[in-house]
Amino acid sequence: MSGGRIEQTFGALKTRNKTALVVYLTVGEPSLADTLACARAALEAGADVLELGMPFSDPTADGPVIAAASYRAIQRGGSLKMALACASELRKSSAAPLVLMGYYNPVVAFGETALPGAAAQAGVDGLLIVDLPPEEGAPLREAAKAAGVAMIPLVAPTTRPEREPKLFAEARGFVYYVTVTGVTGAKGAPLGEAGKTARAVGDRAGLPVVAGFGVRTPADASALSRTGVDGVVVGTEVVRVMTEATDTEARARAVFELVSGLRRGLDGG
Amino acid sequence: MPQSSAYFGEFGGRFVAETLVFALEELERAVQEIVPTESFQNEWRGLLADYVGRPTPLYRAKRLAERLDPTAENLGELWLKREDLCHTGAHKINNALGQVLLAKKLGKQRIIAETGAGQHGVATATACAVFGLPCEVYMGEVDVARQAPNVARMQMLGTRVIPVSSGSRTLKDAMNEAMRDWVTNVRTTHYCVGSAAGPHPFPTLVADLQSVIGIEARRQILEKTNALPDAVLACVGGGSNAIGTFRAFFDDPVPLYGIEAAGEGVDTDKHAATITRGRVGVLHGARTLVLTDDDGQIQEAHSISAGLDYPGVGPEHAALHRSGRAVYLTATDHDALQITREVARTEGILIALETAHAFARVLDVARRERERLGRPARLLLCLSGRGDKDLATLRERLGGEP
Repeated sequence: MSGGRIEQTFGALKTRNKTALVVYLTVGEPSLADTLACARAALEAGADVLELGMPFSDPTADGPVIAAASYRAIQRGGSLKMALACASELRKSSAAPLVLMGYYNPVVAFGETALPGAAAQAGVDGLLIVDLPPEEGAPLREAAKAAGVAMIPLVAPTTRPEREPKLFAEARGFVYYVTVTGVTGAKGAPLGEAGKTARAVGDRAGLPVVAGFGVRTPADASALSRTGVDGVVVGTEVVRVMTEATDTEARARAVFELVSGLRRGLDGG
Repeated sequence: MPQSSAYFGEFGGRFVAETLVFALEELERAVQEIVPTESFQNEWRGLLADYVGRPTPLYRAKRLAERLDPTAENLGELWLKREDLCHTGAHKINNALGQVLLAKKLGKQRIIAETGAGQHGVATATACAVFGLPCEVYMGEVDVARQAPNVARMQMLGTRVIPVSSGSRTLKDAMNEAMRDWVTNVRTTHYCVGSAAGPHPFPTLVADLQSVIGIEARRQILEKTNALPDAVLACVGGGSNAIGTFRAFFDDPVPLYGIEAAGEGVDTDKHAATITRGRVGVLHGARTLVLTDDDGQIQEAHSISAGLDYPGVGPEHAALHRSGRAVYLTATDHDALQITREVARTEGILIALETAHAFARVLDVARRERERLGRPARLLLCLSGRGDKDLATLRERLGGEP
């Protein structure tokens, strides 16, 4: 069961009293080779879960850094299909949970009912579709269930408690708590407060909870970790250091250093 | 009256980030509980009458009809619903006043909007001036340049115009930025969507507010001709003027024609004919027909008219197309430019380039209906807006011609 890798990973970390480090990469920015090199560097530096961003032309929940990365990735052939290829390649040498993250239109174009099977085949453990609240996408959800791929729900600071049963009903894997009312990479996320809320959300869901949006530094990761969340997501900062580096080697090194620092923040915090 | 369902057939829905769901649920409740109340209706309709100038006239365009069909073999009568005579120069004000009034009643402190041609931006800026709310309008850089008079108007009205430099730098990208702003400021801000598009309940709310067009037009044509029109035409970008006109005729045996922008031709990659050439997808919160490639990336639309330059369409139009209740035709940039000059010179009305697309198919629709009826057709067309904003484009593209 591919979904098992998520549970195993969070279970093992919990027994060691560690917080999962979830790293996001935009697939194909600037190339599949770069994504693979940086993904491997992240895993080597202590990332536990990888979110593979499927580039989309109109990413309305993303801030300027990831939106621009997505735009460039598409210019260079980045796509949902490339994200699947990326997962397949990583799966050859890693047992880390892999989650595809993105927007719904590329999923519709690929085929809603076809994607989960193809994803499972590629070694993907979960799907996180930003613009797909639980009221929508029934065909995708059914196919995901059949294929053993977890549909990861997002919970926002604006989510009313009455909605939670709907969000958690079919949820598997983990819950993603959005720390800030805003887009990815937003500044000034109230991480301590958000972490506490996230912890409570995870308890109500009966699933591990990860918190993300606006986490940049080891200190941010540490602050979130202390609130008892099961995992911390870092995305925009990863994409940013990759964008600033000039070649594949430099990008992988930059990601390794960033993730190592975040790992130390989580473990030492 | 508002529909409770989020869907029109297979189209519609609410494909948004979780952060926005509470605001859409709040708006949905407001659509059901506040919009139908007497106090809301009185206040809104009062403004439509005394401030906008409704009802707008229904005018018979005799010289244009004669010019298009000198023998009147196909085109019997052409009636124009004069939304260009609304305050601010287009139908957009009907929706903007309704939404800003609703936002005020919901206690929102700030309004944002996207705009293509600038007509919705001007309408929202105007409504915000009337209600005393701060307003920020997102507008693609390309549109800021080609619709400069409307940018100046918005600024004069106290609105901040934010140029958008991402993607195709047109309406789609302005809508992306407005969505990002809304995700960030959703607790205090209302996003005044300008077309009958976007996540539920926007397509329903905007269509409800624009239905005033068709309700008036139906009554007026009955008064003037003692009969219903043989067909109704309107241009379609997102489709708010069209749906506002069409709805009143849903239960009548009256064919409905929406005209999309074919840009440089539907067989080129420069058009905005979403229904004619699009496929099922999800854009800006709704499942609808979308211009999208095999990877699910949204394609850039093209039209000489900024208001139709959008790769999606309101979900109710997608459903009307699917069911066959409405027929969707196209007109090119060239068609729109030529007919704009004809209308100006025969009727003394400078129409918006958006509206021009509907005018461009009048004779074709008349021929189709003549076939069906066996007599010249009486057509009703929604003249959705005035064209002063397009003068720079018109001079550039038509300037050298006689």
